[in-house]
Formats: sequence, C-alpha cells, structure tokens
Amino acid sequence: MIKNGTRLQSQVCDTQVIVVRASEGLDDLRAGGAPLIPVGETAAEGLSLDPALSDGNLMGKRYVDEGGAEILVTKAGAGTLSIGSTPLAIKEAKPLPASD
Amino acid sequence: MSISLLLEMASSTDPDRTAVVSGDLRLTTGELSALADGGAGVVAASGAQHVAYVGAGGALLPLLLFASARAGVPVTPLNYRLSHEGLRALISRLPDPLVVVDDEYRDAVGDGFRVIGSAEFLAAARTAEPATEFPDPDSVGVVLFTSGTTSAPKAVELTHNNLTSYITGTVEFASAEPGDAALICVPPYHIAGVSAALSNLYAGRKMVYLTQFDAREWVRLVESEGVTSATVVPTMLDRIVSVLDTQNTALPTLRTLAYGGSKVALPLVRKALDLLPAVGFVNAYGLTETSSTIAVLTPDDHRVALGSDDDAVAKRLGSVGQPVPSIEVQIRAEDGTVLGAGETGELFVRGEQVSGRYTGIGSVLDEQGWFPTKDVATLDEDGYLYIGGRSDDTIIRGGENIAPAEIEDVLVEHPDVRDCAVVGPEDPEWGQIIVAVVVPAAGAEPQPEELRDFVRAQLRGSRTPDRVVFRDELPTNATGKVLRRELVSELNAKEPA
Repeated sequence: MIKNGTRLQSQVCDTQVIVVRASEGLDDLRAGGAPLIPVGETAAEGLSLDPALSDGNLMGKRYVDEGGAEILVTKAGAGTLSIGSTPLAIKEAKPLPASD
Repeated sequence: MSISLLLEMASSTDPDRTAVVSGDLRLTTGELSALADGGAGVVAASGAQHVAYVGAGGALLPLLLFASARAGVPVTPLNYRLSHEGLRALISRLPDPLVVVDDEYRDAVGDGFRVIGSAEFLAAARTAEPATEFPDPDSVGVVLFTSGTTSAPKAVELTHNNLTSYITGTVEFASAEPGDAALICVPPYHIAGVSAALSNLYAGRKMVYLTQFDAREWVRLVESEGVTSATVVPTMLDRIVSVLDTQNTALPTLRTLAYGGSKVALPLVRKALDLLPAVGFVNAYGLTETSSTIAVLTPDDHRVALGSDDDAVAKRLGSVGQPVPSIEVQIRAEDGTVLGAGETGELFVRGEQVSGRYTGIGSVLDEQGWFPTKDVATLDEDGYLYIGGRSDDTIIRGGENIAPAEIEDVLVEHPDVRDCAVVGPEDPEWGQIIVAVVVPAAGAEPQPEELRDFVRAQLRGSRTPDRVVFRDELPTNATGKVLRRELVSELNAKEPA
C-alpha cells in the first residue's frame, strides 16, 4: 500500500499531490484518467487527458474518498482526481479563525 | 509531509507576495524560498547534525525552520533570556549543533560550540550552493525545550508530520484575503512562534515581526502595516489594553486577536472586548507537545458568551472553546476512567499533530495514542473545554485536592485585585496550605480578611485561602506563565506573618 507522505505526479497534466492519509484505494489513484506516478519518474508514452475527467483540481485543497483516503494538491492541474473512475471529493473544512 | 513543502506550495503559487517583514528586511515567498535553499547549503556544508538558534527571531525564524528542513536536520530555537550557564547546558544536549546566534548573545553562547552569527548566516545563505533534501516526514523537524516552570526543561521532538498535520488540519491553503497581515510577537523558542511562521505562510498572510515586544510599537505596527490578525500572550494583552485605554485607537484593520500561552484573567478579556468592539477575539489553547493549538474559543463564542443571560453560556468566556477538528479529547479520572460532561479530571488528547515524545525519555503516549497533558480540565455538555491549571500545581491540603485556578478565578474578579496566584507552600499541620499571592489594583489597599471572605462567599470553606500576601507583581516568564515554584520557595523560606 502507498505510504503517507508519498508525493505523486500526473502523467497527463501538471497535477502533483501528497498522500495525507493512505488507504488501499489509493493504489488506483488517477488524474485525468491516468494513474499517478512518483514525483520525478517519467510519464509513460501515449497517454492523454480523458475529456470525461478534465474538470481539474484546486491548489492546496484536500481531496477525500469514502474509504478514508486523503490527499493534498501541491500543484494544481487540468485532470480530475479519481480512484478508478470515481472522482474524489473536496474535503470541506469549517474555517477556523487565525490562532497563531 | 515535510514542512519544506509548505514553503514550496506558497512560493510556487505566489512567488512575488510579501511573506516576511522584519525590521528593514522584506522578503517575498520566492526570496524566502531561495534563501532557505541557500541556508540549507550553509547548514549542509557545516556538517552539523542539528541547528540551534539563539536570538530574538524575526525573519531568521522562518528562514532557519525551512533551511534546516531542506538540509534534513532538526532545528531548536532557544530561549535567549536564559543565563549563560542555562543556555549552554541546553545547547550541550543537542547533537553536534551549528549554533546561529544574534550578536547580543554571542558571549552567552561562548566558544564551546560551532557558531555562526545571524547576519553572517543570512549573508552566506544569499550566495551558498543550495541544498534541497526531502526529509523523511516521520523524522524530527523541530525540537523545543519546555519552559521548565515546574520541572527541568524537557526536549520535545516534533516531527515534520506532527507540524504539517497541524497546519493542513487547521488552515486552508491560501485562504487569506490579499493584503492580510499577521503581527507576530511571540518568542521564536515558543511553539506559537514556530506555528505562526508555518500557518501564516500557508494561509497567505504577510508576517510582520516584532521581536522585542513593546505595546506602543505593537499598536504602531498594526496601523502602519495594516495588520489583520495577531497573537499575544496574557502579559502582552494587558499592556496593549493599557495603551489602548489612553490612546483612543480602534485598530480598524485588525479583524482577529488571538490570546493564549497561559490563562488570561476574565476581567482583562472583558476589558479588551470592550475597548475593541469590532475585533474578533480568539482564545487558543495548546501545548508544545501538541504542535500548538488544540482548542479554540472563536470570535462568535466570545460574543455569544458575553451577551448571554444563560449562566452556562456566559461561563464559556472562561473556556478554551472546542477542540479543533483533527483532535480528540478525553477527561480521565486518576484511575484512568473516562469521565463525562461536567466532571473534572486530567485532559488526554490524541491526533496526528500530537508528538508526546521527548529526547532521552521517548514517547509518553499510551497504547491507544493518547497524550496526558497534565492539565486539569472539564468538558461541558456542548463540548466546551475548561482548563483548571497544571495538575502539578494542585494543592493537597489535609488530603483534599484543590485546583489553584478555581480560587484565582474568584479572586481576580474582586475590584481591588489586579492579579493573583494561589500556591501551596508546605505546612506541618495540613501538608500544604492555601496562600493567595495578590497584586492589588492601582491605589487599592485590600485587607486579607476581606479577600478571604470574598472567596468564602463563593466557594466551599475548604477553598478559602489560609493566608493572603501582597506583592507588587507576579514573577512570570516571557510568555506570561506565573513562576509558581519561585513563589512557593519564597513562602517556604519565610515564617508565616
């Protein structure tokens, strides 16, 4: 299983993420339909952004799935983040006042 | 994740945003990032296993936090107010450190360590060959010494994961409005100083540093830099309120003012709320071991409590609010039983931001990951947390446990009392007795018997101070914690009057 703290990048857009809370499901984590790979590795040839999964993602937002996985977008990109073909949801946080 | 990533995210998103204002030095997020890379190069070239910082803070703090992270070694900001001996003893406990020191404290550090001046470090960081390691997220990023008001200082180890869990769990990235500015005047060796450097950068606020606290300068900076949020410890709040009282300044840009570090007396909170009606007050409670804040009393909570006729709601002005979302809390009895609402016991907390690990001691978390805070606490029906002081400060008089905070909360409401601390010196008959050390309000001359009657009228008879003594001020450390040990040794040394 993927480890907390692992940094991953998209093969079809600019997206980079870090795993905040790992789960089995993250083994099939994708952006724009293509599997994420460790930051620094070379993208496979012939992959392209799936138009059905091209809603993009937001810098600095946390995305979660129903299985408890959580990732943080460290570089935004054009691909939708998904596990398999199921898009992840933005983790809605109640804003806290500045406390330090 | 590593704290370096917080800076990487900030600088890649908006490299030209002003990140730090510290005296004459202004740095954008991009400049801070470049300096941190260079600073990492300086640290790596020195071969040090640890970075120590002895100085007043300002830009050096975020710079050293990120430079050390990128060099893959932990950093420890130290209390520059310690004696030469005390300071050297703490540095000696760090493995093979590079000591970065402000000029004023060079003599205090001495010749026994590898030393570089702060200005020299900054200059070297501008030209050094950059280094960028990615530290293991479970490795230690910051080591802080506890203040040691109740025992010898312990070295708290905070991992990158502890710190970044706190940040990502409580702060939304780039959530600040353009132009937002935080005024940072907490000392660099305090957990709030560390968390301020991380959280404000991540939120996207300009960080304005005031390294030697002065209330007039604080007010001036709020106005000149358009400060929108600030955090102060109780003694600072007290001085700011005194200045505002005479200056008739409403601080129009200030939206939130957080206070914490140690307990703030309620009359002071009410006065501050009254003087700054448009400011949102935030009471933040946390410990070094929990990577800063674990509970927050929000601006709304303050307003609702202040305006409420319902005693249970009005009382919340004296609470530290509700736990932040990523923290679980439990109140436990001495035998470990988990207590319900309204019952008083020791506060235990759990969450990824909680370290609970000390150098040379190891982890003090229990098998389920709970950390014993040693704070006496109660939760109310709605989950508001009340802190009743350190369990180490509990007075045991004739077999009965007495939390000093309970008596202090009553005494400080007396119009003739400006400040007070209740302590328990030794007593041959009772084991300990209750002594109230009182700082009278300006011009007031309260009588001991009158103050004892005032407490007796509101609390059980066993809570009445056996003695009341007067003092011009209470001994406190830089973050406003009352040095109770000092008061107790004074009282133990003296025969009862």
